[in-house]
Order: sequence, then structure tokens, then C-alpha cells
Amino acid sequence: MSTVLQDPRAVEAPNYLNQEYGWKSWLFTKDHKRIAVLYIISITVMFFIGGIFASLIRLELLTPQGDLVNSDTYNKFFTMHGIVMVFFFLIPSIPATLGNFFVPMMIGAKDLAFPRINLLSWYIYIAGAIFALAAIVLGGVDTGWTFYTPFSSTYSNTFVITAAVGVFIAGFSSILTGLNFIVTVHKMRAPGMTWGRLPLFVWANYATSLIQVLGTPVVAITLALVGLERAFHIGIFDPAIGGDPILFQHMFWFYSHPAVYIMILPGMGVISEIITCFSRKAIFGYPFVAGSSLGIAIIGFLVWGHHMFVTGMSMYASLYFSLLSFLVAVPSAIMVFNWTATMFRGSISFDTPMLYVFGFIGLFTIGGLTGLFLATLGVDVHVTDTYFVVAHFHYVMVGGMVLAYLGGMHFWWPKITGRLYPEGWAKFACLLVFAGFNLTFFPQFILGYLGQPRRYHAYAPEFQVLNVMSTAGATILGLGYVIPLIYFLWSMKYGPKAGDNPWRAKGLEWETTSPPPTYNFEKTPIVTEEAYAYHSEKETHVG
Amino acid sequence: MAQQFDSATLGMWVFLLTEIMFFGGMFGAYTVYRGLYPEAFASTSQFMNPLFGAMNTAVLIVSSLTMALAVRAARLGEQKALQLFLIFTMIFGLAFLVIKGFEYHEHWVDMKVPLFGGHWDYSEAPQFARQAQIMFCFYFFMTGFHALHMVVGLGLMTTIFLMARRGTFSPSYFTPVEISGLYWHFVDIVWIFLFPLLYLIGRTKKLI
Amino acid sequence: MHSIPSVRTYVTIWAILTIMTFVTYYVAQIELGAWNIVVALLIAFFKMMLVILFFMNVKAESPLTKLFAGAGFFWMILLLGQFFIDYVSRGWMPEGKMW
Repeated sequence: MSTVLQDPRAVEAPNYLNQEYGWKSWLFTKDHKRIAVLYIISITVMFFIGGIFASLIRLELLTPQGDLVNSDTYNKFFTMHGIVMVFFFLIPSIPATLGNFFVPMMIGAKDLAFPRINLLSWYIYIAGAIFALAAIVLGGVDTGWTFYTPFSSTYSNTFVITAAVGVFIAGFSSILTGLNFIVTVHKMRAPGMTWGRLPLFVWANYATSLIQVLGTPVVAITLALVGLERAFHIGIFDPAIGGDPILFQHMFWFYSHPAVYIMILPGMGVISEIITCFSRKAIFGYPFVAGSSLGIAIIGFLVWGHHMFVTGMSMYASLYFSLLSFLVAVPSAIMVFNWTATMFRGSISFDTPMLYVFGFIGLFTIGGLTGLFLATLGVDVHVTDTYFVVAHFHYVMVGGMVLAYLGGMHFWWPKITGRLYPEGWAKFACLLVFAGFNLTFFPQFILGYLGQPRRYHAYAPEFQVLNVMSTAGATILGLGYVIPLIYFLWSMKYGPKAGDNPWRAKGLEWETTSPPPTYNFEKTPIVTEEAYAYHSEKETHVG
Repeated sequence: MAQQFDSATLGMWVFLLTEIMFFGGMFGAYTVYRGLYPEAFASTSQFMNPLFGAMNTAVLIVSSLTMALAVRAARLGEQKALQLFLIFTMIFGLAFLVIKGFEYHEHWVDMKVPLFGGHWDYSEAPQFARQAQIMFCFYFFMTGFHALHMVVGLGLMTTIFLMARRGTFSPSYFTPVEISGLYWHFVDIVWIFLFPLLYLIGRTKKLI
Repeated sequence: MHSIPSVRTYVTIWAILTIMTFVTYYVAQIELGAWNIVVALLIAFFKMMLVILFFMNVKAESPLTKLFAGAGFFWMILLLGQFFIDYVSRGWMPEGKMW
């Protein structure tokens, strides 16, 4: 501790932020916390780029006619929105940011197992992002983020290969992050940190990492094959020479369905952390929540055909995939029940992170239930490729995943930066996000049911009112995203100091200073209590 | 140190898991097409040289032996043996690529390289030509990606060799040798499956 | 760490692998119908197990390593198997001639 008396702000304990300055200390860092911050900045940028495309989509859809842009351009809008949001925001988001920052701390480790590979994964992500941005700047891609063949492999006149290369590269970033987490959780837990005492956020990231490692290589080879086919015009997906476009879809969705579990599982982990803290109660059914994380990861590899019910896949395969898709909902439901039971007889406070949790539970439930609608063959034939599907996945990805991300950012912001965000503004922004989100996407369920197809720049005039509501909602939602950006940045300079544990939360990460020192713990912690030991508060008034 | 060795080994196995899925995707697609077009695929055997394939298999197996012996030498601190076995591994790896090069050249000469002058004469069954082209696409993709992994392997071996010459390794630290060995053996295993699938189909049937 | 296999063990494994390669090559010349591919893949599987257990030393490794090694192979089977649920049930695969 410094004894020089100057501006009080200068007497700050050495932490990972102020230990070293200068761009080299950031770009060549091996500290998982700094890498997490690098990722936070990068994915925020990509999020807003994806958001710009969303705005353009909603702008066009204000009117039934395709009057803002022509259909080719509109195709590019939804393609780039999808590619950027899926591969450059949703997939990396929680694991690379909150996961990178907190998984080592939660298990009592100094860093991840392979710190340099961690930094490498960020550079690879940036390289992938550059290719994706290049594709945008050069003129865009119009195949849809799903790259269906033979349009993507033969007929599209846009920059498919550039975009595919970007996604391919970003996939490696994802694989390396997953690899790092798996080895870290197996090999670097502090003494006493048994598997049964791991915070559920760690379990969630572990399960996510398994998916990343097992699934991503398949989409890599799939896109490589599309690129080769496009470049050399020889083909395995081209029906003209006996190729099967459905094979592409099988290979693509083998990854892309588990990918959505890559997106949601870490979010579920965040919910477990926040809900226990703000209910002052241990999680209900810890083994079931941990087990469900693994269950979702594994069963998630057995359901991808539900994206292909109407494509020409066999009826028997459709039955198989439909049945398993019903099965995969079970572990998700178990989690929702356990969270609810956690709150029961808890002592609930309504700080912003908890508000995001409430939003998540409600919206994820709606999203998940509508997924069951889609898993039902008969219903799917009617609503597939309509706005019903669009609404479903936005409910789980935005109403679920993005809300969890925002909740997690608010929960851990004091730890990451040592500052408190303004609670009043935060609550307001949260309400804007919730209201704006529902106004944007609930009408889309109705629109889809009534028959508005997705990926069309024009629609039947009777759908206009609901589309205008949706666009209005999107505007409010956008505002709800921008406000936190502003106050988070503001708080870094002007926010009140947070102290070590402003939420009085359990967990090893809260036992360090805020921000934490570079090496995380002065001495390796020895773990003696179960996770979420909130019950002990009543006796000992831990605070 | 032991924890670091364990971590590195586990890390390499997780990486190999991703490689299994990477090649697995290609094997999956190949198997689907082979199931759809069994006769066309079988007929391509006449254009393959299984002797080259078998030689390559034998070469890679020997290289795995020398690699395993190299790791053993590192573990025992036998510096000279380590370097010698690494050199042999690299020689055999290079031999594999040379034989592969000959093969590709032969295919080129026979006009069997898709797009680059690929032409399959199946005058009585023209659809076989298209399907044979698919098979050859897979042949080149799969052996091509495999060869790429061999080149990376050679790069790894070179790096390890240079580190060994500098005396970096000892019985208490030989982790890079161990994990490079794991990678090398994996590349061998991929070829063990590629050989029968690509070279030995329909050897007994002469269809066209 | 674990016990170090002897040179003799390694050379023996190598010899078996090389012999199996010859066997694969020659069996492929014999007409066995659908069994050709089965035999070829079985031999390849056997060779793979030898490489994994001995050259990669998994035989002496922890159960965790064994789990990960097995998981990769199992997941590939999962991929192939589920592809085939579709293709076989479409009735596209010429029966009996599949191999």
C-alpha cells in the first residue's frame, strides 16, 4: 500500500488494471482478466454492427412494399445481421468475457491453463472479424447466415468465401477457448474445490466448452467444403453432378444446433449465480442444475434435424429428431424449476442484475416453449420459415442470452472495474430492454402464425400494423442497449468505488479486491464450504 | 511440473478431439456418398494405386515407431537417441509426402484431378462420371487435408529437434516431445483409415 | 509418471501394425462381397487401438484421458449414425450393394 498522500484516487491498491499501462501491456498480456476486457470491447463493437443491420431490416419492414432497398440488398441485411450476431457476438459472448474473467477466479486459480493460447484465441477472433467486416465492406453476402447450398456454393454472386473464411477462423477462437476451459477446470481447481462445490457458472462454461470442442470442427470442415466447391466448381453439394444439398444442411446443423446451446448455457450459469445472491439462498437442487448443463450439452447433439423437417429429409429421421427435441427441453425446464424453487422463501432484492434474471426466466420460458411448438412436426410444417421461428429464436437468444449477459455485466461490473454503475439508470434501461424486446418480438409470433414468411423484404399489407409495432419496439430496445453503454463507460471514471463485495455475494471471486490483483489470490485459497453457502449468514452475519 | 505435464497432455487430447471431428465430418460426407453411389465409387479403384497407398501406410507406421522411441528417449534423458529418432521420424514423414506427390502427379497425368483436366470416361454409364468426380473430390480433399496436417507435423518435429539440440529436454521436462508425439500418432491414425476407404474399395470387382 | 514401455514392446507393436497392413492389402484382393469393407474397417480399428494404447501410451494414462480419447471416436460415430438415420430411411441407398 502506498504511503504517499496525494489525490485519494491515486492511493489505489495494485490491481490488474493499474499494474501496467500502455498498449503493449494490453496487446501482449497473458492475464485472463485483461483478455476478457479485450473481448468485452470487441464483442460490443460487433454487437452494435449487428444491431445496425437489425435496424435496417426493421426500417425496411415498416412498410409492406419493398421500397427502402431491393430484395438482393435486403438479403444481405439479414445475412450480415445473422453472421455477425451469431458468430461474432453470441458464440463468444459470455465464455470469452465473463467466463474468461471469472472461471479461473471461481476455482481459485491464478489464470487459465494456457494463458498464451487464451490471448491467441482473441487474436484469432479479431482476424475472423476482419474477414467478416471485409465481406460487409466489399459488398456483403446474401445467402443467409445458414449458407445453404447450392445457392452459397454455386449461384450466389456475393462474397461468400470471404465471409466463410471469417467464420472458419472465428471457429478456431471458439475451439481454443473451450479447450482452455476444459483443461483448466480439470487440472487447476484449488484444494477443496471439488466438482460438487464448483459454482454453477463453472459447470455451465464447462458444458459449453465440451460443445465448442466437439461441434465447431464440423462447421469448419463444412464451410471449407463450400468454399472449395465455390472456388473450384467441383462439387459435393451441387445436385447437377449428383451432390446432395441436404448433406450440407446435415453437416451445418450438426454444429449450429449445439451452437445455440453454446450461446444459452453460459447465460444459464450467470442466472444461477445472480439468483442465489439476490435470494440470499443456496441453489435448489445443485446436482440437477449441474447435471442438466451436461445433459443439454449432450442431447443437444442429437436434435439438429428439427431445422430440416421440410427440406426433404426422410419422415423417419424427422420423427427421431422431433422426439429428441422434446427430450432436450427437459433439462432446460429442470433448470427453470430449480431457479424458481431457489427464490421460494428466499430474501429477494430487486437490484438490476436480479431484474435481468426475472426477465430471463420469463422470456426464456416463452422461447423454450415455442421451441416445443416447432419441434412438433405438424405445427412446424405450418410455421417453419415464418416469423414464428424468428420470434422463437430471438426470445431465447435476446430474451434469454442477451439479458443474461447484461445481468452478468451488471452483477460483476463492480468486481471487474471497481466501480458501481448508477442503479437508477440501470433499472430504467432494463425496463426499456424488457418492454422494447417484447414489443419487437411478440408481434412476430402472431405474424408468423398468420403466415408472414421470414427473409422477405416485402409482405402482405394486412401485416403492417404488427410490423410497425415490431419496429417501434426495436427502437426502444436499441435505446435500452445504448444507455448501459454510456453509463458503464461513465462509471469507470465517475462511478463510486465498489469495495470488495458490494452484493455480499458468496464465491471466491468476491474474496479479492475490486478490481482484483493480477495474480488473483495472494495465497491459493483452500475451499471448505459448499457453493452458495448463503444459509450461514443467519448465524454468522457474514458481510 | 507434473500438473503442467498433465495439463498439456489433456490439452493436446482435447485438441485431437477437435481434429477427430474435423476429419470426422469429411468421413461422414464421404460415407454418405459412398452409400449412395457404391458402384461409381468402387469403379474408381482402377484409378488408384494401392501399392503406393500401402507403402505410405507402412512408412507412416514406421514413423510412429521412431516417434514413440523418440519420446521414450526424451523420458530417459537419452539426448543423442532423441535427436536421432526425431530425424528418422522426419525422414519418414518426408518420404510419405514424396510418395504422395508422385501419386498426385500420376493422377494429374491420367487426367483425374477434378477441374484441372479431370475427365472420367464412362461412355456406357455417364452418370458414373459425375459420381466418380465426387469421389475424387473427396480423395483430394481428405488426402490433401491429411497432407497439410503432415506438413504441420514436420514443422513441429523441426521445432522439437532444434529444442532438443539446445538441450532443452530432460527426464523432468519433455512435455513438448510428448504432445508432438500425440499429434504425430493421430495423423498416422487418420491415414490408417484413409488407406482402406480410398484405395481398397472394389478391388475385387471390375465394373466398367 | 508412468512406466516407460520397452523398445521391444514398441518394435513388437510396429511389427503387428505392418503385418496388419499387408493383411488389409491382400484381403482386399479377395472377393468377400459386403464383408470386404467390414474386414478392412475392423483391421483399421484394431490398428488404431494399438497406436492409441501403446504408441500414445493411453493404456497407462488416467481414466480421464481414456475418456477423452474414447469420446472423440464416439462422437464421430454419433455424427455418422445420425446422418445414416436420414439416408438409409430415405430408401436411396441401393440395398445389398452398399458396401
